[in-house]
Parts: sequence; structure tokens; C-alpha cells
Amino acid sequence: MKSLQDLERIRLKAQERMRVREGEGATKIAVGMGTCGIAAGARDVMAAILDEVAKRKLADVTVTQTGCVGLCEYEPLVDVILPGQQKVTYARVDADKARQIVARHVVNRQIIGDWVLARS
Amino acid sequence: MQQYRAHVLVCGGTGCVSSGCHAVKEALLEGLKTHDLADEVLVVKTGCMGPCDMGPLIVVYPEGVLYRQLTPESALRIVEEHLLKGRVVEDLVYRTENLKPVPVLEEISFFSRQTRIALRNTGLIDPESIEEYIARDGYLALARVLQQGDPEAVIAEVKKSGLRGRGGGGFPTGLKWEFTARAPGQPKYLVCNADEGDPGAFMDRSILEGDPHSVLEAMAIAGFAVGANQGYVYVRAEYPLAVQRLSVAIEQARRYGTLGSNIFGTGFDFDVEIRVGAGAFVCGEETALLASIEGKRGEPRPRPPFPATEGLWGKPTLINNVETFANIPPIILGGGESFASIGAEKSKGTKVFALAGKIRNTGLVEVPMGITLREIIYDIGGGIPDGKKFKAAQIGGPSGGCIPAPCLDVPVDYESMAELGTMMGSGGLVIMDEDTCMVDVAKFFIEFCKDESCGKCAPCRIGVKRMLETLERITTGEGREGDLELLEELGQQIKDSALCGLGQTAPNPVLSTIRYFREEYEAHVRDKCCPAKVCKALLEYRILADVCVGCGACKKACPVGAIMGERRQPHEINTAVCTRCGACVEACRFDAIVR
Repeated sequence: MKSLQDLERIRLKAQERMRVREGEGATKIAVGMGTCGIAAGARDVMAAILDEVAKRKLADVTVTQTGCVGLCEYEPLVDVILPGQQKVTYARVDADKARQIVARHVVNRQIIGDWVLARS
Repeated sequence: MQQYRAHVLVCGGTGCVSSGCHAVKEALLEGLKTHDLADEVLVVKTGCMGPCDMGPLIVVYPEGVLYRQLTPESALRIVEEHLLKGRVVEDLVYRTENLKPVPVLEEISFFSRQTRIALRNTGLIDPESIEEYIARDGYLALARVLQQGDPEAVIAEVKKSGLRGRGGGGFPTGLKWEFTARAPGQPKYLVCNADEGDPGAFMDRSILEGDPHSVLEAMAIAGFAVGANQGYVYVRAEYPLAVQRLSVAIEQARRYGTLGSNIFGTGFDFDVEIRVGAGAFVCGEETALLASIEGKRGEPRPRPPFPATEGLWGKPTLINNVETFANIPPIILGGGESFASIGAEKSKGTKVFALAGKIRNTGLVEVPMGITLREIIYDIGGGIPDGKKFKAAQIGGPSGGCIPAPCLDVPVDYESMAELGTMMGSGGLVIMDEDTCMVDVAKFFIEFCKDESCGKCAPCRIGVKRMLETLERITTGEGREGDLELLEELGQQIKDSALCGLGQTAPNPVLSTIRYFREEYEAHVRDKCCPAKVCKALLEYRILADVCVGCGACKKACPVGAIMGERRQPHEINTAVCTRCGACVEACRFDAIVR
């Protein structure tokens, strides 16, 4: 480091990485990671979401997991909760759909109606 | 860049290391690997988080859930339940006194009542990662100070903050910096006093272990302010983890260019070396510490001249304590005024205390100055365990004194503590309950000072030894009329005539306990009785004939054969033979033996 700018660069990068420790973000994405979800491919979905969130440098988004909600038939399930809005549950998500959910729903605030299983 | 959805912070302070946090961390890593979560969950080892009695402990983010007293097995459950399925493992989270689970760290009163400045990063970052320190605005204060290039402005800011030395003396830090800056002579040196020696104190160790870069950054800032280019951290060899993490931090800082030559391209050079001390208590005294760094025997010398004018190798030297330094970067970043808005009239900012003894939550806490002892002990510390009554708080270690129950509402600041006949000290806070004998406590501290006296001046070498002998007489039932007056007179003489801080403050524990617990001393001297039932020589064990069933358990347990009696008949203790070891009391299932 030779200047304040160098420090600033390292600081922003490191802050990005440590954001998880600031607490839960306003937007929440939860992937069903019960045995059923994992068997249906939830792990790829999770990896795709994490990657997409990182690539887009989305601040204030918490990616988390949940257990089996009883709809094993529809797994992998992904819940998206935008601040102040209803929970939207997507069914039979794969890695590609997951990336689109992040792009279209989380970033552009447009629910992808065709894939929605439930709103609550 | 790898983004993790969860961070698991494993407390890696010395307390948790000894309760087994390494095994817990290994189990977590193993579990994450088995469940294929290693790419999603990051495990970080931090410095001390504070609540040491809950160790080994971890905090899972983003939820901020704290799990305590873990084993490798329970750590695996957390992986399977919380990290895999997203369910909080309720039986492993913190519980209040009435067993209500409080999973989230911020809602636990131990944490929510604290104000963390010196401990701002401790327990929250990986101490071996300079980048995590930088993420928390680390080295920003240094960069700004160097870019502005005005040493006097830095000193003015520190003066404005009202910061006073956290090592115990409480000398205004800004003034010390100013004296050193103005002192003629080159080169100038900088020293960080990390020779924390009070029994029961571990504030400085925890800062060095948990946030070593904050001390290095502050030293570089101070170096710039006073015109020094070389700093030393004097730390005791009993703190191996602190030494190791500090070494890692120095090496990283040199690599990143925050130590070394031409820092931030401003032409300012500053480097830090570690000097490991052998652990003599007297080396925490600044002149003895300087002698030790120079390679001489650790003995104090008269002041003046003060180190600010004649310190290391006769050159102007700024010497500050670890916690004092840790407060500097926030003062520079947030401004002196904002720091001065926290705390009491003449004692600004916060103080870190190491809570120990008979208290439910032992550990490390940082509170605003001026808070009452009652708040520290009951609201943060959780009160006295086992339904016992609070008797006294020992503050300031061997240099401090005991504060009795009626003074619990006195604000904790430098002046109030001095009025009570004790001192703020470095921050050791030992809580004692009704089972503590105050004469015994005083004897413990005087014995400590006798052992640690360097022997250079007579008042400390001989006087403290005489005080110990008198106390030993009192606790073994040989106390004489006039002993208390003798202790008081001798104590005052030592305070007035000893060469250094160690000797001048050594009588404090005795004088303050005589002041507040005189009846207890008198009971020892006149009635040959120890009201708290601690001093063995003054105890007499008896068997209650109407409660004893004659089972013989005590007889078997007694190592010296002092118990007699036929089976199924009440037993008796031969007090002439009894060594008062208490083994019979442990063995008796009927509570028939009393002291």
C-alpha cells in the first residue's frame, strides 16, 4: 500500500467479504435444504445464488437455507422476501432459474409468475 | 471473489483455547466438509469475545446466534441443524437465569449493556488477518494523520478527547504526548507497556490477542505525533498467544506497508519490535520496564527525570499502555469531542474490565466510565452465583483495594476510586461473596507484592515483608492488640517512602480492607475467630451429636485419624489432631459436621 487510495481499495473489498457479519440483510433468499431439496439439486441452486449475489455485489441480501416444508414434490424450493413484501416461493428451481430469480426478482423487482408456487 | 452465505466465528481467546475451542473448530470444519458446505460457510477464529465462562463459544452470522459451552459433538449438531437446515439449536444457546433461551448475541444483556471502543474489533475479526482489520476502518486513522502531516493537530485531538492512561495511573495521554514531542534530544522512542501483571487481569492480553493491529496503528500514529521512528512492545513471556499474534500482525503490517519506511508514501518511517519480558511484576512499572528493554535488571529508578525527557537509552520516550493505544484510532477517526462525550466528568471514554471471582458471567467487558459497580456486577455480570451475598469487589489488583457493598453505587472513575482508598488500576475486577475472608484477601495481595518486590528500596523490601508477617500472625490466631494500628502506620510509611509505584501502592489492599472491614480484623485478633470460616487455624470442626448417625464416612475420610466413635454412635473430632482439611465435611451425607 502506498496511498490512501490503495487502502480504500483493500477496505472496500474486505468489507464486501465481511458483510455477512453485519447481521441480516433487508432482502432474504432462502433455499430449501432438506434431504428432499438436496436430492433435487438444491446445492447447485445455492451455489448459483451465492455466485450471482457476489458477482452483482448485492449489498443487504442475506442468503440462507431452510429445512423441508412438506412440499418435497416441488423441490428445490427458493423463497424470496423483499423488504416489506410478501414471501414468494419458487418451485423446481435449477441453477439457471436461480440466477434469473436473482436478476429479475431481487434486482429488477419483477416476480417471475410462471415459476411461482405460492405467495404468503 | 468467494462469497459465503454464513460466517461462523469461533472465539479463540486464551480462555476458550484452554476450554477446547480448537477441537470445536476442527469438528466444525470436518462437519462442513462432510455436508459439502465448505464453500458456503466460512469459519473464522477470532480473539476473546468476552463471556469466558461460556467457552468454547461460537457466533453464527448473519443471524448472530451465539452458541456456548460447545463440544466437538455439539458443534457437529450445529452444522447439521443450523448450517444445513437453518434451524437454531435451542438447547445450545445462551439462557437467562430463568432459563429463557436468548439466541441472538445482541439481545444478551452481557453484550447489550457494553460500549465497545478499545474492544471494537476483538471477537469480531480474525486477528491474524490485516484485511479484516482494514475492513473495520483499520489504518484509516494513520493514513489520514500522515496525509495531513500535522503532528501538533494529532496531539491536540488526543488532548481534546480527555483520554487518560489505562494502565492504572490515569495520567492525561495528550499531555504525555506533548511532553515527549517537546523534549529535546534525538532519536525518540515509543514503548507499549503490555506487561500486564495484576492477578485476575487480562484486558491487555485480550486486546493483543484479538486486535493486535489496533495497537500497531496507534503506535505509528503516536510515533508520528511525538517524532519517534522506532517502537517497542514489552510483553510478558506468559502471554505466548499474544506474542504470536502480535508477531504475525507486525509481519503483515510490514508487508502491507503500514509499518516500515515511507508509510503511505509520505516519507514517514516507523517500525515496531517485540521485547519479551520474563514476567516480573515490577517490570510493569515504567522505569523498570525501560531498564529491562535496555537489557538491564528490571529495577525502577527515581523519577524525575520522567521517561518523556529521559527514557530508553537516555532519550525522550513515550510509554503508553495497550488499552490506551487501542483507543487512539477511534479518537482520530471520530474526533476527540465525540470520545469525550462518553464517560464521566474527569474520566472520559470507556474502561475494559476483567470480571473474575464469584460472579455468574466471568469475562471481559467494556463499559463507559462513571457506570456504577452495581451495574457492572448485576446487569452485565449477572450477579453472584449460588444465591450468595455480595461482600466486596477488589479493583486494581495488588495496587488497588476492596470496595464494600455500601459503596456499590459509587460511579467507577479515577477520582471516585481514589476517594474510596483504591484505584482504577489496569482493570482487574475480582468479585467476592460472603465466603471470602477479607484478612485472607489482604494477605494474598501482600504476599504477592512481597514476592514481586525487586528489593531495591528498604520500605518495600522490608516493610511489605513485615506487613505480611503481621497478617500471618493475625490469620493464625497469634494476633495481638495494636496489630491493626501497626499495619496502618507501617502501610502509610511505605506509601510515603517507597521508590516506585509497586511499593507505594502495595499497602492499599490492607489499608482498604482495614478501613471497610475492621470488625473482621478485630474478630481475628480478639476473638481468635474467622467470621467467613476461611482461616484454617481459627476454625474448629465439630460433629453435631444429634444429627450424626454414626455411619463412619467421616472417619474413613479423615487423613489424620482425628475422628473417633463407635458405629451407629455419634462420632467426635479430636481437635488437637485435626488439621482442618475439611475432608470430613465433604464425606458427611447428613450435614452433621460444622465449622
